[in-house]
Amino acid sequence: MKREGRAYAAGSASGLALVLSEPLSLFGGIAVETGEIIDNAHPDRGKTVSGRILVAAGGRGSSSSSAVLAEAIRLGTAPVGIVLAHVDPILVVGCLVAQTLYRRYVPLIVCPIEGIGEGDLLAIRCDPCGSAELEL
Amino acid sequence: MQLSDVEEAMLRGAVSPGAAMAMKVLVAFSDAVGAGSLLPIAGAHVDGCLYHGEASLDFAEALLRGAARVAVPTTLNVGSIDLIHPELMRLSGDRQLRARRLMAAHEELGCIPSFTCAPYQTLFRPSFGDQIAWGESNAIVFANSVIGARTERYGDFLDLCCAITGRAPAQGLHLDGNRRGRVLFRLKGFPDATRAADSLFVAVGMIVGHRCRELVPVIEGLPHPRDEDQLKALGAAAATFGAVGLFHAVGITPEAPSRAAALHGGTPAATLDITPDDIRDALGRLSMVPEGSPISALCLGTPHFSQTEWHRLAQLLRQSRPKPGLPIYVNTARATLEAIRAEGLLDELAAFGVTPVVDTCTYVTAIVRELDGAIMTNSGKWAHYAPGNIGCRVAFGELEDCIASASAGLIVRGSG
Repeated sequence: MKREGRAYAAGSASGLALVLSEPLSLFGGIAVETGEIIDNAHPDRGKTVSGRILVAAGGRGSSSSSAVLAEAIRLGTAPVGIVLAHVDPILVVGCLVAQTLYRRYVPLIVCPIEGIGEGDLLAIRCDPCGSAELEL
Repeated sequence: MQLSDVEEAMLRGAVSPGAAMAMKVLVAFSDAVGAGSLLPIAGAHVDGCLYHGEASLDFAEALLRGAARVAVPTTLNVGSIDLIHPELMRLSGDRQLRARRLMAAHEELGCIPSFTCAPYQTLFRPSFGDQIAWGESNAIVFANSVIGARTERYGDFLDLCCAITGRAPAQGLHLDGNRRGRVLFRLKGFPDATRAADSLFVAVGMIVGHRCRELVPVIEGLPHPRDEDQLKALGAAAATFGAVGLFHAVGITPEAPSRAAALHGGTPAATLDITPDDIRDALGRLSMVPEGSPISALCLGTPHFSQTEWHRLAQLLRQSRPKPGLPIYVNTARATLEAIRAEGLLDELAAFGVTPVVDTCTYVTAIVRELDGAIMTNSGKWAHYAPGNIGCRVAFGELEDCIASASAGLIVRGSG
């Protein structure tokens, strides 16, 4: 099944979905060296975002999350792609800075996330012009 | 998004490859927040000098390689190092090297090496109505609320991109309509002649931040502040315990000559009362150790001490001498330190155990050595962040109580 969406950061990726039950602030929320969720108050604490496609309703929290995401992409501990129901400008900046600095493309698509289950195999294609597609 | 010809040319690289890179990030962000255009800014304050990892340094270096320079007067927030008193630092060699390089790279981009979280206390203070792009939560809320300048809450990478392009997205608190007060807070049940105690402003900031998140609050019934430093403390607490970027205090801040003006003639989404009990509860949450516990140091100056605060401190120390060997760390700006040095105050204060810290802050880096006993502070922000950041137990008190406690060597309250 394919879903159209809007591309906020270009690239393509495929992987298993990690569906966050609540928005997560990456700053203070993940250990950047490992990609593990360390926010004590988060229901998905202990899971690892590395190599997964992160699926969430939106973002949350500190603007320092841009630097955390860019640093995680540099270290290879970041998700390989991001699917959001509502755009989070902080995460868009993180993806874009990593593209510019490291030529590493973590695509960010905004589209409906209903029906995506934990562990589903997803594929994302985000064009630089803004059109995007999610396959599940 | 609608870009002007000049902005379009900058995006294509007409100014420099570095400016094109900054414009690209700014346009993507603007697009994501739904801004229809960019607006010119009069100045910027960049919070990019705290070393969190290699990506921040790589970004600054890439801009430098691309020959980027800031297009508007741009002050710098604190870094991880006191460059004037490096002997205070307890950071490892490699990390210290990178932190220093990050600060230097920002200077090479044309930023002013102010290294202060209170740029509104410097020569680069903006004016009422100025459009600016500021990072650092306490500076943002002060600029918007106390001065009436206009900035959204910018952070990582974005504040620097605004400084280099001289533009900010036309959105959020830059625009009239979004500055309207949305939640009304009324101080209720206080005696008529309530003293404008510092702790009252801290507690009100905590409560407002906690209860209204990013909605613009209107506060009614505050006693007239003794000075700007009390509004600085309120804003810092509101931005620490919530995401407040602008508050209106009726009859006190420039966009709130009346309640109706602060609400832009509208009705608030919610009206909440703040009582003396709420104030006591809030302040109680700031202290981890009871009265009478021994203390090992004082940490003052979060946000950075103003010249007025230095004068108050000196006066209190002359009345009540601190216990020998009990250090009093005071964060302040380079420029403020020079001003009090010129007044001859610095030598006098050194004899009382005062250790000035500039360019950084004692809760973000490794300076304080006395982490065994409790540390007392007059800052709600320091009390909130320090236990997690540097691993210490903390007690909050008025400046007067802090000095009385330093003199007794244990926590004393009620001297103020």
